[in-house]
Amino acid sequence: MSVLGLFNYWIFVFLMMVGFYILISRGNLVKKIIGLNIFQTSVFILYISMGKVTGGTAPILVEGDAVYSNPLPHVLILTAIVVGVATTALGLSLVVRIKEAYGTIEEDEIQAEDLRS
Amino acid sequence: MTAIALLRIRNLVAVVMLAGIYSLLSAGLFTVMDAVDVAFTEAVVGAGISTVLMLGTLALVGRKEKAPDRHPVLPLFVVLVTGAALVYGTLDMPRFGDPGNPIHHHVAPRYLEESGHEIGIPNVVTSVLASYRGYDTMGEITVIFTAVVGVVLLMATRRRRWPGEGKGDDDGG
Repeated sequence: MSVLGLFNYWIFVFLMMVGFYILISRGNLVKKIIGLNIFQTSVFILYISMGKVTGGTAPILVEGDAVYSNPLPHVLILTAIVVGVATTALGLSLVVRIKEAYGTIEEDEIQAEDLRS
Repeated sequence: MTAIALLRIRNLVAVVMLAGIYSLLSAGLFTVMDAVDVAFTEAVVGAGISTVLMLGTLALVGRKEKAPDRHPVLPLFVVLVTGAALVYGTLDMPRFGDPGNPIHHHVAPRYLEESGHEIGIPNVVTSVLASYRGYDTMGEITVIFTAVVGVVLLMATRRRRWPGEGKGDDDGG
């Protein structure tokens, strides 16, 4: 229970680092947005795993005594997921505009184009 | 998990499909951790709407990623160092699932005990979302509205307008 209880944080760190790596090492803008999504999901997993109580159940009230998991992180993440999709949509539409303006969505080609002009 | 495959594959359509699978898997993980509402939202919004939006984008921008020509050593180094620092930071974190964790001792017990007769909805997540933290939800709607306006403005200046983009992301709770 001592070190194994930290396993959820390690999953979170691993996923976050995969997202981060995609974000900084890939030049394709769509791939970057996908990396950002993975990054985002890792934070969701962090919050939800903190709200979990061993032996608890989903926070929907039932008759009698029951142990519920913490509802607060669920609410926050519910909001965050929807906001995340909104920002993803905005990012993707920016990518579409960049494709129209530059004819490419690769970062280095965009920079080369900028230098030429 | 699927995330590694996401990193490797260069065909963007396959990447988008894997991203959908990844979202679905994380929705399953949320269900296991008692967050059923979050799992619903992730499955619908993350696995559904995001995938559709990304496929729509790919239809417009092409589906091949160029081979990375930069050396991945520097990003890898940065990522490893950051990851190591974060893992070191988790050593002091409260253990998973322990009911004595600090997160369970502020407002959460009040929500669980009082919301039943204060709000009258059995689902605590709904009552917190719609009532106790209603301002959060209002701010969220503002953000979504702003994003939709941004998408519509970006798309409206195009010569050949493509229907569908900019819709569908004003969904969910």
